[in-house]
Amino acid sequence: MADARKGYSVRTLPGFAIVALFTLVALYAPIAILVVFSFNEGTSLAIWEGFSLRWYRQAIANEAVQDAALRSLFLALSASFVATTAATMAALATTRTRRFPGRTIIYALINQPLMVPEIVTAVALLIVFAWIKVWTGHTSMIYLIVAHTAFCIPFAYLPIRARLETMDMSLEIAARDLYASRWLTFRRVTLPLMWPGIVAGLMLAFVISLDDVVITEFVKSAGQETLPTYMLGQLRRVVTPEVNAISTAILLAGAILVSLFFRLTNRQS
Amino acid sequence: MIQIENATKTFGQGDSAFTALRDVSVDIAANEFFTLLGPSGCGKTTLLRLIAGFEPPTKGAILLSGSDISRLPPNQRPVNTVFQNYALFPHMSVAQNIAFGLEMLGKPKAEIAKTVDEMLRLVRMEELKDRRTSEISGGQQQRVALARALAPHPQVLLLDEPLSALDLKLRKEMQIELKRLQSETGITFVFVTHDQEEALTMSDRVAVMNAGRILQVGSPRDIYERPSERFVANFIGESNFLDAERIGGDVTLAAGGSFAAAVPEGVPEGKVSVLIRPEHIRVRGGQPEAGELSAKVETVVYSGDATTLHLRLATGEVLKARMANAPDSDAAVPAEGQDAAVSIAPGAVTVLRD
Ligand SMILES: Nc1ncnc2c1ncn2[C@@H]1O[C@H](COP(=O)(O)OP(=O)(O)OP(=O)(O)O)[C@@H](O)[C@H]1O
Ligand SMILES: [Mg+2]
Repeated sequence: MADARKGYSVRTLPGFAIVALFTLVALYAPIAILVVFSFNEGTSLAIWEGFSLRWYRQAIANEAVQDAALRSLFLALSASFVATTAATMAALATTRTRRFPGRTIIYALINQPLMVPEIVTAVALLIVFAWIKVWTGHTSMIYLIVAHTAFCIPFAYLPIRARLETMDMSLEIAARDLYASRWLTFRRVTLPLMWPGIVAGLMLAFVISLDDVVITEFVKSAGQETLPTYMLGQLRRVVTPEVNAISTAILLAGAILVSLFFRLTNRQS
Repeated sequence: MIQIENATKTFGQGDSAFTALRDVSVDIAANEFFTLLGPSGCGKTTLLRLIAGFEPPTKGAILLSGSDISRLPPNQRPVNTVFQNYALFPHMSVAQNIAFGLEMLGKPKAEIAKTVDEMLRLVRMEELKDRRTSEISGGQQQRVALARALAPHPQVLLLDEPLSALDLKLRKEMQIELKRLQSETGITFVFVTHDQEEALTMSDRVAVMNAGRILQVGSPRDIYERPSERFVANFIGESNFLDAERIGGDVTLAAGGSFAAAVPEGVPEGKVSVLIRPEHIRVRGGQPEAGELSAKVETVVYSGDATTLHLRLATGEVLKARMANAPDSDAAVPAEGQDAAVSIAPGAVTVLRD
């Protein structure tokens, strides 16, 4: 395909280089500045005063940060685990069954959260959870886990489904032919082959949950700060490079997971 | 062994319904090398899938050793399949693939190891047993697929065009190897192909299919020499079809000459169509004598082992004649444009049901 397009290359269009350069700068320059100033010696976010790990040390020692980081981790782990389990079952149901009425609708419903603006979901959840909280008096992490699970499902679903679609059904038929029950066929053939898709879905859901602000901000009860909402709170007060340090740490974690994700999804052949 | 009784398979419903098998009945004997032969889309794979249990028949029944298995799931049928695309498990080694069926049957470890070794030896893959299935050649994959299907020692082995992906030389080797495996294991083979030569050389019996029906079942010799229908005759080998008049067992060609002919059941007296294979026709230059037909030579095509002549008969019908070449036969073959005398070997005329 690349060859067929050779004659017509966007690269030769006028202004292409400038637009591309501008986009790259707009995307990465702020992030680069953020990372650089996380290592600043002084308190300023604008004046470089020398290299130090001071803000990293301070963030690690800060109990509020520790608390929020642990909560974020716990939340992202629980939500991505539940979401991936649900997404795995949904992907099996939409690829490994005979066509049934409503299959397309189910497919659309699973992916709908990607289309609904996050703020709308957040307000809706806020209202419903407020009722339940008043009614039951219960205010644990369960609301956040449920909310995160809900918006993580489509992210977990897509790589799993993509994986299943590249997998030939004839392998499962061959297993059945070789005396495997439905369950053993799933355990010995389907599951091992779709595993990279599941792990990819899990990691993607984890990253998505880890950096969510909007829904978390609306749903959380008092004292349930996650790292992103803690940072948001900090920004409203004094801004120090501590926030940069935390951001850089999250960026690093996200980058590692996303590159692992691409390695897994590209190894499909 | 396997009886297929009035099996019909319809896919879909209403307007989009498609009947892939129509009222198919056939008995396959134990220890037989039975071949399904037919053009693409005629329902060969569908029939195999019915026997394996991947699809239930819409109507009819499939019996194995007398008991109805039509409703059993595939894992409860003592039938294994060699798939056209092999369908080897990519996450397992060659040996693990072969062991899979035995493991699923819950055989003891020692027995599995022993059978896997036997199978590896049988298909000559001992050296490659720890390879991934993606790291072996097409022919080797084909042998692994065969070993995997044979390892549980099924009563019936279904093979869906297993040789079609191989090059000619490997294909010939595998044909011989398959025959050897079948006689060594004593398993009933149901083999699918659309290659007529493969069907004739390998099979005990052949079923010729077209458009969801079995047209004729018989030994390769029957099928080739006594095809019952024009489709069968046309599908297998080269053929000449001539108009004729039949009275009892005697046939008079429109082009002249009277012959005793084989007549299949259900052909009315009177106008019929007959088959004569090109290699059953002799041609010499000159005027015809008694019992010979007169013809004009239109083309002569030399093809190494034989020479094929296209002849125009007095009726305007075209007749193909194929004559084996001998070192001294050159002079005997008439040239293009010459008059020729055509003689037809006794027993070469077969009446066809149209
Ligand atoms: N699941 C299905 N749904 C609808 N039609 C089907 C289905 N499976 C097969 N068919 C149709 O049934 C007919 C027979 O198919 P089948 O696969 O048995 O052909 P075949 O004889 O094996 O052909 P080939 O030599 O090309 O493999 C074809 O016309 C095919 O389109
Ligand atoms: Mg087929």
